[in-house]
Amino acid sequence: MPFALLKYGLNKDYPFEQDADLPAPTSLKPHYDAVIIGGGGHGVATAYYLAKYHGITNVAVLEKGYLGGGNTARNTAVIRSNYLTSEGVKFYSESVKLFKDLSNEFDFNIMYSRRGQLTLAHTDSAIRAFRQRAEVNKHFGGKTELIGPQEIRELVPTLNMNPGHQPVLAGLWHMDGATARHDAVAWGYAKGATQRGVELHQLTEVTDVLVEASSSSSGGKVTGVKVRQGSAEHTIRCGVAVQAVSGHSTLLAEKAGFQLPIVSYPLQAMVTQPVKPFLDPLVSSPAFHCYVQQTGRGEIVFGGGSDPYPLYNSRSTLELKEQLLAHAVELFPFMANLKLMRQWTGLTDMTSDYSPIMGLSPVENYYLDAGWGTWGFKSTPICGQAMAELVATGKVPELIQPFSADRFSEFRQVNEMGATAASH
Amino acid sequence: MNVAASVSSSVDARLPAPMGLLLDRSKTVQFEFEGQTIQGIQGDSIGSALLANDQWLWSRSFKYHRARGPLTLSGHDGNTLVQLADEANVLADRTAADNGLVVSGQNVNGSLAKDKDAFLNHFGRFMPVGFYYRAFYKPKGIWDWWEKHIRAKAGLGVVDLKGQPEYYDKAYLFHDIVVVGAGPAGLTAALTAADAGAQVLLVEENPILGGSLTYADFPDHADPESLRQQLIGRVEAHANIRVMTSAICNAWFTDNWLPVLQGKRMYKVRAKECIMATGSYEQHVVFRNNDLPGVVMSSAAMRLMKHYAIKPGQEAVVVTGNDDGYLTALQLHRQGVLVQAVVDMRAAADSQKLLFDVEELGIPVLFESTVYEAVGGGDGDRVTAVDVRRIREPGKVADSSKMIRCDLVCMSAGYMPAYQLLCQAGGQLSYDDNKAEFSLRNLPEILHIAGSVNSIHTLDAVMADGQRAAFQALSALGMGSDQPLPEVACTRRMNYSWPIFPHPKGKDFVDFDEDLQSKDIVNATRLGYRDVQLVKRFSTVGMGPSQGRHSALPTARLVSKATDRTVTETGVTTARPPLVAEKLSYLAGRMFDPYRETAMHHRHKALGAKMIPAGTWQRPAYYPANIGLSIDQNSQPTRQNRDDCIEAEARHVRSRVGVIDVSTLGGIELRGPDAAEFMNRIYTFGFLKQPVGKTRYAVLTSDQGVVIDDGVACRFRDDHFYVTATTTGVSSVYQLMTFWNTRWRLNVDITNVTAAFAAVNLAGPDSRKVLETLTDLDLSAEGFPYLACREGKIKVPGSFSDTTDIPARLMRVGFVGELGYEIHVPSRYGEALWDALMSAGAAFDIKPFGVETQRLLRLEKGHIIVSQDTDGMSHPGELGLEWAISKNKPYFNGKRAVDIVMKRPQTRKLVGFTLPAELVKQGKKPEEGHIVLSDSSATSAITGHITSCEYSPAVGTIIGMAYVGIQQSEPGAQFPIRVEGGQLVNATVVELPFYDPEQARQEM
Repeated sequence: MPFALLKYGLNKDYPFEQDADLPAPTSLKPHYDAVIIGGGGHGVATAYYLAKYHGITNVAVLEKGYLGGGNTARNTAVIRSNYLTSEGVKFYSESVKLFKDLSNEFDFNIMYSRRGQLTLAHTDSAIRAFRQRAEVNKHFGGKTELIGPQEIRELVPTLNMNPGHQPVLAGLWHMDGATARHDAVAWGYAKGATQRGVELHQLTEVTDVLVEASSSSSGGKVTGVKVRQGSAEHTIRCGVAVQAVSGHSTLLAEKAGFQLPIVSYPLQAMVTQPVKPFLDPLVSSPAFHCYVQQTGRGEIVFGGGSDPYPLYNSRSTLELKEQLLAHAVELFPFMANLKLMRQWTGLTDMTSDYSPIMGLSPVENYYLDAGWGTWGFKSTPICGQAMAELVATGKVPELIQPFSADRFSEFRQVNEMGATAASH
Repeated sequence: MNVAASVSSSVDARLPAPMGLLLDRSKTVQFEFEGQTIQGIQGDSIGSALLANDQWLWSRSFKYHRARGPLTLSGHDGNTLVQLADEANVLADRTAADNGLVVSGQNVNGSLAKDKDAFLNHFGRFMPVGFYYRAFYKPKGIWDWWEKHIRAKAGLGVVDLKGQPEYYDKAYLFHDIVVVGAGPAGLTAALTAADAGAQVLLVEENPILGGSLTYADFPDHADPESLRQQLIGRVEAHANIRVMTSAICNAWFTDNWLPVLQGKRMYKVRAKECIMATGSYEQHVVFRNNDLPGVVMSSAAMRLMKHYAIKPGQEAVVVTGNDDGYLTALQLHRQGVLVQAVVDMRAAADSQKLLFDVEELGIPVLFESTVYEAVGGGDGDRVTAVDVRRIREPGKVADSSKMIRCDLVCMSAGYMPAYQLLCQAGGQLSYDDNKAEFSLRNLPEILHIAGSVNSIHTLDAVMADGQRAAFQALSALGMGSDQPLPEVACTRRMNYSWPIFPHPKGKDFVDFDEDLQSKDIVNATRLGYRDVQLVKRFSTVGMGPSQGRHSALPTARLVSKATDRTVTETGVTTARPPLVAEKLSYLAGRMFDPYRETAMHHRHKALGAKMIPAGTWQRPAYYPANIGLSIDQNSQPTRQNRDDCIEAEARHVRSRVGVIDVSTLGGIELRGPDAAEFMNRIYTFGFLKQPVGKTRYAVLTSDQGVVIDDGVACRFRDDHFYVTATTTGVSSVYQLMTFWNTRWRLNVDITNVTAAFAAVNLAGPDSRKVLETLTDLDLSAEGFPYLACREGKIKVPGSFSDTTDIPARLMRVGFVGELGYEIHVPSRYGEALWDALMSAGAAFDIKPFGVETQRLLRLEKGHIIVSQDTDGMSHPGELGLEWAISKNKPYFNGKRAVDIVMKRPQTRKLVGFTLPAELVKQGKKPEEGHIVLSDSSATSAITGHITSCEYSPAVGTIIGMAYVGIQQSEPGAQFPIRVEGGQLVNATVVELPFYDPEQARQEM
């Protein structure tokens, strides 16, 4: 029994309000130094680091639904840094480092669980690509190895090594691969941010971005936003605005008057009833469009490829479920007897190079945190930190310079396609 | 327990007919539960058989390991999950009792009766809602230790890790109207629709039709069974109705796309119109220990009697908020149960007649009272008594208590519409404060609801509502009459508004799956998680196996009160598919595992080829028999074996003649007056002026200016191109072509003919001599020069005569760098072509070679393989393919991007390199994927990677291709490669190709 829990049991009605993680709702102010649109993990992380490192607390996070209710709530909580490009590996490695300490930093357990992630190679070409990823990772200090069938059998004894005419030939073993309680990450950031004075406004939808002409920027300059709370409408002014609205980035950017090179695709995931633990590592097979992990509660979570066509709708489909689970059963035949409990869908903002967009936009003082495809959750801490620095200094931190929006018009892309397929 | 005695008593003690609708009393079944033999009757569920044997303890709860037994007996709660030998989390009240089953409790440490983890129950107060967020991480690093122990306790049942999938399959059905639920509303709806001529599918999850008519009593109908018989008699005889029982419509997907699970099959049903008559879930009363075995829904007690002829207890207390509790009390009494009291939370009964009937039997009725606490201590912690109190105000009770002895508590707090499928369809719940009930709105037009899911509760109105819904659906189908829809209304109030009685000592459960008490929900809001979705995520309410069927309503009420909002504003969490947990088998089905074999596959097998997958194809990697080896297909050959085979095959091609099956190569046929124009717009080269009878290299670039495929384009006629594509790329190339032609609307027909052609590459100095024996075509260097293509005939052994001529397309290509012919024939002749070449080639010592050997041969010639030597960034400039880009065209796919990236200063380049052969023996030969560094220092940057690398017998060194930094790319430059074990080797850039730079051999 940890000491921290004693107070609850020894107190007849413990005053939970004094321990509240999130403050009661307040009214909107007419002006903030910074407005962050989107109260997901990225939005509250940005607010948190703004308050913590830059002393900027006159900040409002505006969330149209509830805290962390978008893709923060829907992703499958994979944390990893075994990407392909130098830019990507450097960026995501920083995120993994931050994740490790978040529980103690927040004083709130995000249940960071280092399980290791195993990606399976069924073809020669996958082996080549995995070797490259392992080498790039090692170069930057990561713990990633290309391993053979015998080591795979030892790591995951329950895996079918010969699924459907595509034998498992090798694996990319990423020892830093981890998972965490995804909601808790958003809550921890929100807790830390609001305790430092940041305001979090849930059920507050940004309906328009106010932009005025500017001599220094052809896209104009942001001056505020219009919001709706229930039936009430408000206008609030701001010095700086950040958009962090994964899944709806293109729609919000349009309100700010520009287009983003993003196409949104639904991405589905599903979970079984809880069973006793038998699977430690996160296992993924790009060839089978399938990844599998067991949560701390004992549920098996499955994810796969995106839906084949773009859509701004988070309905689930039968077809994807059938394909994904057929593949899961090929990889783990005994799972045929498991019972699926729930399926759900998030929206992934895909860029053509499978890397995010962070930094400046055509509108002055309006910053982008977008294009997070299937890699948004794992980047939450480092993206928050970098975006906070950008907001505070007006300068794009070096770490995220490769991810600027103008790389698309200049064809300077950071291609992570091979490192994102069905590994998330 | 005396087994023999219990066997006879469990069968004989059943109630007489008409109780026991589901039973076939002529047959018994026997299975094992926790090591005891359990005898049941055919028709029993596992659960009912256990209850017939007085076994009320079935399993243990998720968090506190509390005793778990029946709750609803309808297969819609998580309390009844038990373990079978080969299956975890089986619903005991849904799964048929079957001979030979081995059943046990779940989430048990030790024995079910004496669970060592049941102590957790007493530590509940130290585990407030979300306790795991508030502890276990200090000091830093300690979580790693805690996590192991906490995880070990997670989960419910145990998975059989050796289990294999059983046969499950899928089928498709199409109906005018699908009616889900065959209760009085569904039966009436189905009959009404079928009478009007619609083709109806009626889906019922229970083994018999009738829904509530099978177990409930009704104040206004004395004999529901005869009504049921009358309705199902008509339904079953109706030619327009297909009935599916024991079938569950497990989700609603867009446009009435309904997965219906029955037996070992998933029916995928498309309904033009759908009527959901899915009923409602009876709701529990929140009081202390409301989860003890013996505390059940009133409807569960009714089911137990009417379905299974089991007397649910000896002494019962009914706690109710509606008149259904009185009907339950009356039926219990009729079946010989001593009803100790009806505890009515309301101030008065609706029906004075029911009240009179109950009181006349001497059953005390206590108004404005509730059960405040249940007391356990019976066998398997079964309830032994209840503490009954007066209700002072909503949720609060008086101090004076009345203890009533009982072994059964029946709860009727009201109903929650079975909203799940409807909310999946976009329906929304709104709460009527007067009726304390949720109802559904905003349903799609193709979806109709009827009966208690539509908040209609009296039997006549329910049937009228079924008729109304059917009229609505018929009129949408254009089969309706002009009559206005009947108005159906129901004023009967079923829900008690605040059946929640928090106890200072807790254990007043809102969510049985997750062991969540009323204070847990309230405290979540006090911690700041005010939105019901956040309450769910923080407290885990509704996340367990029953997915909130019984916790959603009390949670909405508690959260609304705690946050001072209406219940409608508070809402319930999103209902997601599936409705009930479904075995993965249903979705996986027959596990179609497509893979492709070429027409010559059997020949490769016979030759002992080592096969490898290439996309969905199987291809020979090399032929161990070529060097006298025999390698088992399932074992992995040694590296040395592989290298030896490849070297031998490569030498043979360079010195004599070899043949490789290239059938997997993509083939796309373009015919029509605009074929050349189309080719010109898709590929980078110019194709308008390509002469007939010539081939041309075809490179495809993407919108990002990246090379995504390549192939050889043959022009056989002005209006006929045949273009090859990579094995794995052809599908997307074809997709891209058809995508564009729907926009361009050129007069060209595009067909993916990959599978229609079988093909080989016959290569080596003797290839012409081999081919000459099989064709009349002029094969001379002048008649059929390098890069030409021809259509002709090949002589192959015939079925009816010695030889027969087959049509063939031939092209002289230089991929492996020797004189060679690619021969494409219709697939059905593939094997014959192979045989003809092998027999004609015998005189020249022809040998087959595999795809790995081909990779070496082409590497010696410096030819790239798209996807191996290219990545997601490779533009033509990096690959040295400037020559394959036409400068004179206004457009090709990707041109704008190619122009931009080629103008920019280049940062890397694909180059050829060599390394000394000794490195192979030292284990330092670079592998594909190893990285290239800017320099050998500790601070070096990654400038590229190895894409291809082999020892070349023809060159005598290690050769390879690699991306290197632009400053490292001049011939003669050296660059470091980090090889296995982190060692560095220095490679030297050389001009390509490595072999036969004058190209003399292939142009012979």
